[in-house]
Amino acid sequence: MSTEHTKNGSLFTPFNIVAGIILAAGLVVTVMRFTMGLGSVTNLSDNNPWGIWIGFDLLCGVALAAGGYTTSAACYIFGFKRFHAAVRPAILTAFLGYALVVFALNYDVGRPWRLPYPIFYQQGTTSILFEVGLCVFIYLTVLFLEYLPAAFEWKGGFDKYRSILVKLTMVLTIFGVILSTLHQSSLGALYLIVPSKLHPLWYTPYLPVMFFMSSMFAGLSMVVFEGTLSHKYFHHKMDEDYNANYLDLQFAFAKGAAWIMAGYLAMKLLGLSMDNRWHYLFTGYGAWWLLEVVGFVVLPCYCYAVGYRDRNIGLVRLAAPWTVIGIMLNRFDVSLIAFNWQLPSAERYFPSLGEIIISLFVVTIGVLVFKFIVTRMPIFYAHPAYKDSSH
Amino acid sequence: MFNTLQDLMLHNKSITYVLMGVVLVCFIGFWRFLTGREERNRRY
Repeated sequence: MSTEHTKNGSLFTPFNIVAGIILAAGLVVTVMRFTMGLGSVTNLSDNNPWGIWIGFDLLCGVALAAGGYTTSAACYIFGFKRFHAAVRPAILTAFLGYALVVFALNYDVGRPWRLPYPIFYQQGTTSILFEVGLCVFIYLTVLFLEYLPAAFEWKGGFDKYRSILVKLTMVLTIFGVILSTLHQSSLGALYLIVPSKLHPLWYTPYLPVMFFMSSMFAGLSMVVFEGTLSHKYFHHKMDEDYNANYLDLQFAFAKGAAWIMAGYLAMKLLGLSMDNRWHYLFTGYGAWWLLEVVGFVVLPCYCYAVGYRDRNIGLVRLAAPWTVIGIMLNRFDVSLIAFNWQLPSAERYFPSLGEIIISLFVVTIGVLVFKFIVTRMPIFYAHPAYKDSSH
Repeated sequence: MFNTLQDLMLHNKSITYVLMGVVLVCFIGFWRFLTGREERNRRY
C-alpha cells in the first residue's frame, strides 16, 4: 500500500479501495460470526459441517503453500543452488499461507483461545486430524524460523540469532519436507473415513498419495505463478541474482511439475481401475471428473511439457495459474462437490455470502501482508550487509 | 457379473496390471518428449 501511496500521492488507488471494502465487510462478518455463532453467517449444517472455510481456506491454502518446501528442498537438498534467490519469496508465501490457514481455522472452530488445547492439553493421538494439527503447528513454527533471518536483517541488531538460524537452514529444510509429507497426505487421509459420502470417482484408498503428489506440483506452480506476478509488481525490488536465474527456475519447475503431474494422472487411473469405477465415467459426475482430470491435469501438464521443451516461457506461465485452479477444483470436488453426492439437492451445501466474504477477507489479508513485507524486507534481494552470508 | 470377491479382484487387478504396463511405457515416451531438446539447451 505504501508504495502505491507514494507513487500516486493518494491512498485511494483502485487496489486500496477494493482491499478496504473487503476488509471492512470481513470485519463485520467476523463480529457476527463470533457474537452470533456459525449459523448466523454460514450455510453449514449437520449434513455439511465443513464448507468453504475448510475446502478453500484450509485444503487449498495448505496445498498452494507447498511452494515453501518444494523450493527449499530443490535448493538445499537437491543442490539447485542457483535458485537460492527464489527460496525467500517461496518461504514467505508458505509462511503466510499456513498462518492464514490457522487464522481461518478459528472461524470454523470458534473459541480461538482453545486452539492450542489439542497440542498441549488433550492430544487425540488416534485421530488423523490431530496429526494434521500437530504437523501444521510444527511446520508453521519451522516456516517462521526460516523466514526470521529476513526480518532480522531488516531490523538489524540481531546478527547472533540470525547467524544461528542460517546455520540451521538444512535442518529446518529437512523438517519442512518431512512435516509437509506427513500433513499434506493426511489431509487426503481425512476423507478415507467417508467412503459412503464421497463419490466413488474421488474416493480411493490412494487419496493420501494423491493429495501429497498434487501438493508438489501445486507448490511448484504457485512459485511460478507468484514469481510472475511479483516480477510484474515488485520488479524494482529484485536484485541481479534473482533476475539472472528467474527464467531458469521457471523452466526447471515446469519440468518438475509436468513430470509429477504425469505420475499423478497414473495414480488417478490406478484409483479408478483398482476399484472398478469405470462405469461412473458415463454419468454426470463422470463428466465433471473428466473435466477435472483432462481439463486441469492433462492439458496443463502438456502445456508445461511443451513450454519446457520449446523453452516457451509464455506456455509455462499459462500452465501455472491453470494448474493452481485445477488444484483448487480438486480440493473443492473432494470436500464439497462430490461430498454428500447422494443427498437431495435441497440438502446440498452452497456457501453463504458471509463464508465467501471471510474467504476473500483472508486472501486479502495475505496479499496485504505479503506486500507490506516484500516492500520493506530483503525478500527479493540480498541485504547489502549480509550479501556474502545470505540465507 | 461377479459372484465372489475373488472374481472381482481378479478382474480389477488384471485390468490394472495391463493399464500400469501401458502407463510405464507411456512414461518413457513422455520423458523422451519432455527432455528431447535438452541436448541443445543443456540447462538442466
